Amino acid sequence: MAGPRPDERPQPTARRNAQGIKVDPDAGAEHRRRTAVISALVEHEPGVLSRVSGLFSRRQFNIESLTVGPTTVEGHARITLVVEETDPGIDQAKKQLLKLTPVIAVGELESDAVRAELVLLKVRGTEPDKVHAITEMYEGRTLDAGPRTITVQITGDERKIDDAVDAFRQFGIIEIARTGQTALERGDSPTTPGEEPGHSAGGSATDEPTDDETTTDESTPNYDD
Amino acid sequence: MSESAEPAVDATDEEVDPDPDATGEAGAATAAAIPENGAAAVVAALESAGVETAFGVQGGAIMPVYDALYGSSIDHVTMAHEQGAAHAADAYGVVTGTPGVCLATSGPGATNLVTGIADASMDSDAMLALTGQVPSDMVGSDAFQETDTTGVTAPITKHNYFASDSTTVGDVVGEAFALSETGRPGPTLVDLPKDVSFGETDRAPKPPEPPARSKPDPEADPESVDAAARTIARAEKPLCLFGGGVIKGNATDEARAFAREHGIPVVTTMPGIGSFPEDDDLCLSWAGMHGTGYANMAISHTDCLIAVGTRFDDRLTGGVETFAPGADVVHVDIDPAEISKNVQADYPVVGDAGTVLDQIDAALDRSPDAGEWREQCTTWRDQYPMDYAVDPDEPVKPQFVVEAYDAATDDDAIVTTGVGQHQMWAAQYWTYTEPRTFVSSHGLGTMGYGLPGAIGARLAADDDRDVVCFDGDGSFLMTIQELSVAVRENLDVTVVVLNNEYIGMVRQWQDAFFEGRHMASEYDWMPEFDKLAEAFGARGFRVDEYDEVADVVAESLAYDGPSVVDVHVDPRENVYPMVSSGGANGEFALTEDQL
Repeated sequence: MAGPRPDERPQPTARRNAQGIKVDPDAGAEHRRRTAVISALVEHEPGVLSRVSGLFSRRQFNIESLTVGPTTVEGHARITLVVEETDPGIDQAKKQLLKLTPVIAVGELESDAVRAELVLLKVRGTEPDKVHAITEMYEGRTLDAGPRTITVQITGDERKIDDAVDAFRQFGIIEIARTGQTALERGDSPTTPGEEPGHSAGGSATDEPTDDETTTDESTPNYDD
Repeated sequence: MSESAEPAVDATDEEVDPDPDATGEAGAATAAAIPENGAAAVVAALESAGVETAFGVQGGAIMPVYDALYGSSIDHVTMAHEQGAAHAADAYGVVTGTPGVCLATSGPGATNLVTGIADASMDSDAMLALTGQVPSDMVGSDAFQETDTTGVTAPITKHNYFASDSTTVGDVVGEAFALSETGRPGPTLVDLPKDVSFGETDRAPKPPEPPARSKPDPEADPESVDAAARTIARAEKPLCLFGGGVIKGNATDEARAFAREHGIPVVTTMPGIGSFPEDDDLCLSWAGMHGTGYANMAISHTDCLIAVGTRFDDRLTGGVETFAPGADVVHVDIDPAEISKNVQADYPVVGDAGTVLDQIDAALDRSPDAGEWREQCTTWRDQYPMDYAVDPDEPVKPQFVVEAYDAATDDDAIVTTGVGQHQMWAAQYWTYTEPRTFVSSHGLGTMGYGLPGAIGARLAADDDRDVVCFDGDGSFLMTIQELSVAVRENLDVTVVVLNNEYIGMVRQWQDAFFEGRHMASEYDWMPEFDKLAEAFGARGFRVDEYDEVADVVAESLAYDGPSVVDVHVDPRENVYPMVSSGGANGEFALTEDQL
């Protein structure tokens, strides 16, 4: 084989970046990680959660939190994922999610979407009055109070929960359980594309114990970033 | 499926007793001619989907399905190992264009399928795997021969199903079959617990139909088509890149017409081999790590890459930083998740390959002015020809053997390969002109694919077509037991072992990147494959000299049955051109010292 050697051949001068994007010398911007809240409407069937979480772990996406619960539509569930990724990564995560057969629709929530999280905090019961005062301050509820421990529930957005946890530290936190964020689009906008809010909700569906999942009702007006 | 002594006793029991947990039902099931049970529904669903051939291995938990196959029109081919069944089904699917079907029992049967399922998944091959499972009430108890098959195969299937109901199991199998070939193809799996197979049902399965959400729109959005067409029309150095999706989408006619109509040179990916005739003046053959120098030069310098049905695998792109860096990328794919996954698409066009190419053609008001570019491509073709040196006193060059078989066969002959140097020579030195004639393990790179692949291809193809398997000594040895199947079924396949007594591709890399330390790559303990073939009952040939090649090629092709040709090739021969891993396509090496 003849032909010029590699260093003697004409070579292109243009370049792409590591994401395969043509490098624009004027822009040259690097993709920064950002936090995205992704909502997936899925068939409520065994294995769907493991398919979703498996997809994320296989592709080394970092999940900040993942919540799941039924919707008003029989046989449907909503999975809310918070991921920290670059724009191309978030785009890829959404597309890969939509490829899963049990996934019905996928949407990324707007920054003004309603988000909430629930935390259970078990603290030392030596100063019940002060614990009560902090709980009130964060519009929480006392779920259990005994001579040695007090367990409270706080709901709200991530920042409120972080603040509350900090505030309770003074009493000595014994145990903590956080649910991770769940979220809905504000107003009339559907949370996932094509979703019809209220569709087949019926009269009784909202009375189901799903209230536990949708604690947003209590805390929506109060906290926004 | 070797087991320790104690479970082996269980295994015997298992095979004698159809189901120790449901003896009553089992007795009834085996006594009746065609019992109306879940297993019969599974087989009815396969028949309704048009399945003619299935590949598998019997076993305890899949026995009810096999029993239902007893009176079926489906031709079941027992393979020597489940991996062989999966590869055979895969190749059968590639050649026929409809999903290949494979069956295995629970536990080790299912896990033995895994390599073949993963292989099909990486190559977007339509395939349906049916696995037996322990009875539902024992699932999760670590029962004998139990594996969490849906769990194990979730990442390597398009979708999988755990059948839970005898009345709907037929519908599920039909859906899995249809889903496998809908849109972007891929393997699907249905796990069949023994009680579901045995359970009574009197319902005929619904016609195979994929879930509604899984049926993508073949037509692309007209705006994206127009934008792509405008870019193509003003390109000066346009290049078509046809991937495996062109073949799987049955779009070769549209692809050929499009490139010829507009005078656009064509490169293919390795899975795209056969999408465009390699003897056409516009064709630059395939690009990538061991693709032609001219294809890689064209990729490096194009200003408009029309990529159809490719996922921009790293073996194609090298480092993405240097892949077609000056090109506007038009990316046509049926799977939106492939768009901008590895290489950013400037013009994404989501839809069926053939439909979209017709759409773009209709939207093009003029062909790009690419005369100079075509000349440039021809110059590159002359500068970097595919070549090797023949010296009659030296050992036979493997490339020579590939060319000899190509010359002795028709255009519609099918080539299957294992994985390694031989695979690259089979891809480089055979001139492919038709789709579905190069059947190989691309994405997963599974050594041992060649022989079971040839068995699947043979059963899929008309009798008058030749099926030639190029294998390496190391690759052949990995699934050599399937030769027993080829002999039993008297399959007319010719296995050409390009034997260099090395796991050659590894040796090549060790020479290039590990200072020649041949750790675990010397295979000088290889059996004499011609004699081994005779032991299996196949014809065996051996070639050591150039002057033996012509006769053996003719004899092995003429032999009506399986033959194995053990060609002792030049052990020092390496595969070139070569783009180093992560390197730039245009910086391919023509010799080791250029790496």
